[in-house]
Amino acid sequence: MSESVVRESAPPAMAPSTPKTGRIEWLLIVAILAVIGTGVRAIYFTPMDSLQGAVQKIFYVHVPSAFVALYMAFALVALMSALFLWLHDLRFDRVAESSAEVGVIFTTAVLCTGPIWAKAAWGTWWTWDARLTSTLFLWFMYVGYLVMRGAMQDRMMRARYSAVLGLLGALLIPFIHLSVYLFRTMHPRPIVLKPSAPSLPPDMLQTFLLALCSFALLFVALLRIRYRMAVARDALLEEND
Amino acid sequence: MGPSLLGAALLIARKDLAIEFRTRTAFFSAVVFGVLGAAIFYFAWDPTSVGALELAPGVLWMIFTFAGLLGLQRSFSTELADRAMDGLLVSPVSREAIYMGKALANLVFVCAVEVVAILAVALFYNMSFSTHVPALALFAFLAAVGLVAVGTLFSAMTVNTRLAELLLPVLSLPFFVPVVIPAAQATAKLLAGRPLAEVAGWLKVLVAFDIVFVVACTLAFPFTLEE
Amino acid sequence: MLDAAPAAVVEAHGLTRRYGMRRAVDGVDLTLGAGECLALFGPNGAGKTTLLRVLAGLLKPSGGTARIAGVPLPGGPAARAMVGLISHEHMLYSALTARENVEFAARLYGVRDARGAAAHALERMHVAERADTPVRALSRGLQQRVSIARAMVHDPRVVLLDEPFTGLDAAGAAALTVMLCDLKEGGAALILVTHNLAEGLEVATHAAIMRAGQFVRQEPCATLDLTDYTAAYRELVTHGA
Repeated sequence: MSESVVRESAPPAMAPSTPKTGRIEWLLIVAILAVIGTGVRAIYFTPMDSLQGAVQKIFYVHVPSAFVALYMAFALVALMSALFLWLHDLRFDRVAESSAEVGVIFTTAVLCTGPIWAKAAWGTWWTWDARLTSTLFLWFMYVGYLVMRGAMQDRMMRARYSAVLGLLGALLIPFIHLSVYLFRTMHPRPIVLKPSAPSLPPDMLQTFLLALCSFALLFVALLRIRYRMAVARDALLEEND
Repeated sequence: MGPSLLGAALLIARKDLAIEFRTRTAFFSAVVFGVLGAAIFYFAWDPTSVGALELAPGVLWMIFTFAGLLGLQRSFSTELADRAMDGLLVSPVSREAIYMGKALANLVFVCAVEVVAILAVALFYNMSFSTHVPALALFAFLAAVGLVAVGTLFSAMTVNTRLAELLLPVLSLPFFVPVVIPAAQATAKLLAGRPLAEVAGWLKVLVAFDIVFVVACTLAFPFTLEE
Repeated sequence: MLDAAPAAVVEAHGLTRRYGMRRAVDGVDLTLGAGECLALFGPNGAGKTTLLRVLAGLLKPSGGTARIAGVPLPGGPAARAMVGLISHEHMLYSALTARENVEFAARLYGVRDARGAAAHALERMHVAERADTPVRALSRGLQQRVSIARAMVHDPRVVLLDEPFTGLDAAGAAALTVMLCDLKEGGAALILVTHNLAEGLEVATHAAIMRAGQFVRQEPCATLDLTDYTAAYRELVTHGA
């Protein structure tokens, strides 16, 4: 069986129309507007944190991204992996693949905003707190997942391996979190990032929730685009078989 | 019919160790790497500012991890040559037994490398391992179990891919983190003569990881085979 | 010979194996009884190797049914225990000796006296004198003989041979032919994939030609006209693809 070599697609372009039909991706436009709107609200219409000043506003990007990266993107990868191993339907693998590619973008956003926030607020670029470190390893998981996929041509084998890796990765995350948390309690450091302060005043809480929703929407929009690209690519591959 | 699960696993493990003993290349490579590593790390730090006692546990676990990876690389390459793996798959032994057999052989390999690494570090860093030796051995063993459980599975997977030598570390190292952190922290405490009660928490994490991942990887292994 | 119709040792009805959209084995029907040998001819890529791998338990059927001595496939250990597979690659561990390889195989199959059975198998293939040589030091022909000994050590009821004559010299080929006849007399069912029409028909009781996953001709050797068949072979196998 000679399969034409197709490079794994790069992360999705930000153009609002899909290449195939020229249809405009409304969801993406709505999501981008929501994110911009929330950004505006965060910057101009939400009170400033008394301790940290303006830089605290990165919180509205940092935490929603982290939430999406782990609880939406990676959870979806894990769920799709389990479903694929159970039902052997390649569509689950496509969703997992798309979710991983979009998830790595959000994870990168967390890892970029985290140090910026830390440096501006507390003077050091990196802190080994449990959450940031777990996110770092989540990023490594995603990258390993995508690199492995890139090294494999056989679709079914690639899907099976990815599913195994996805599920094992889901098992790993709590262990990393626990290990790093225990490490920190044994080696306390004066600087602690508190990304999710549950005691937010109502204004800030509202903005935070809006940010969360708009990022979630952005994730879904990007996922849909990426999934459609995967469908188109697979259809092309099947024609060539 | 065929041998039992454990019987088959032991049979396969013995076969792997016989091959390794016959060729010896992987073990020697890992040992040389371990000793070299211990020596080079010593010169990477200023001995007046950082004492050997503080350095040794970290160096030890760095060497375990990377030397272990060297051994795991070759785990499935013997099966790939001449499609020897088909010979195993066609026989009545269960797929789980194949995984366990390979993992057992890898465990022996990694433990042997650990012993050599410990001796090298003890020599170069003037360590006296007289304190808490059984506890140290327990942590070393449990850590080896964790590394081998995950490494054997990923070795089986990556041997079929293009970038096998690169992929195995890239995939495995994140999984080694919850093994290395407890083991290294506990080793540091034990070498400093701290009471055993202080490392009990780390022990629990390591045992939990081992149980979860030995089971998960054993169950996952059949899914990595084409059927 | 007997009143009742002999139970088929190998049976397949509509057996199919898919790779994505492509059907490597596409609806194969076959029935083989004890002591019968099917010579399977066909161009490269016809699906012969895939068919053998499905019957050996290495691959699961995608459709249709198949049985090995009454055990439906996928039959797990019960079916695999009765099958011996000989393929292109010798499936031996080159660092171990011939004896060690065959003994290991005997133990895998739970043969009671593994050492004795291994010695016997090596003798039958006339490699006993080189039994304690590492496999990598043996010539290709001798490796092939050890591989055959390995596949037969557990007295399989079904023997699947994928071009076993390649690499064998005249003596080795003669030893193999004798062994195949012995197996037939012992009640085993054989499927022999070969590119050599003469060698195949010499031991076979049935002959089939496979193209694009299907049996295009299938008949007992007794009713076969050699000239006619040679012409059909030339047309379907050597000129077709």
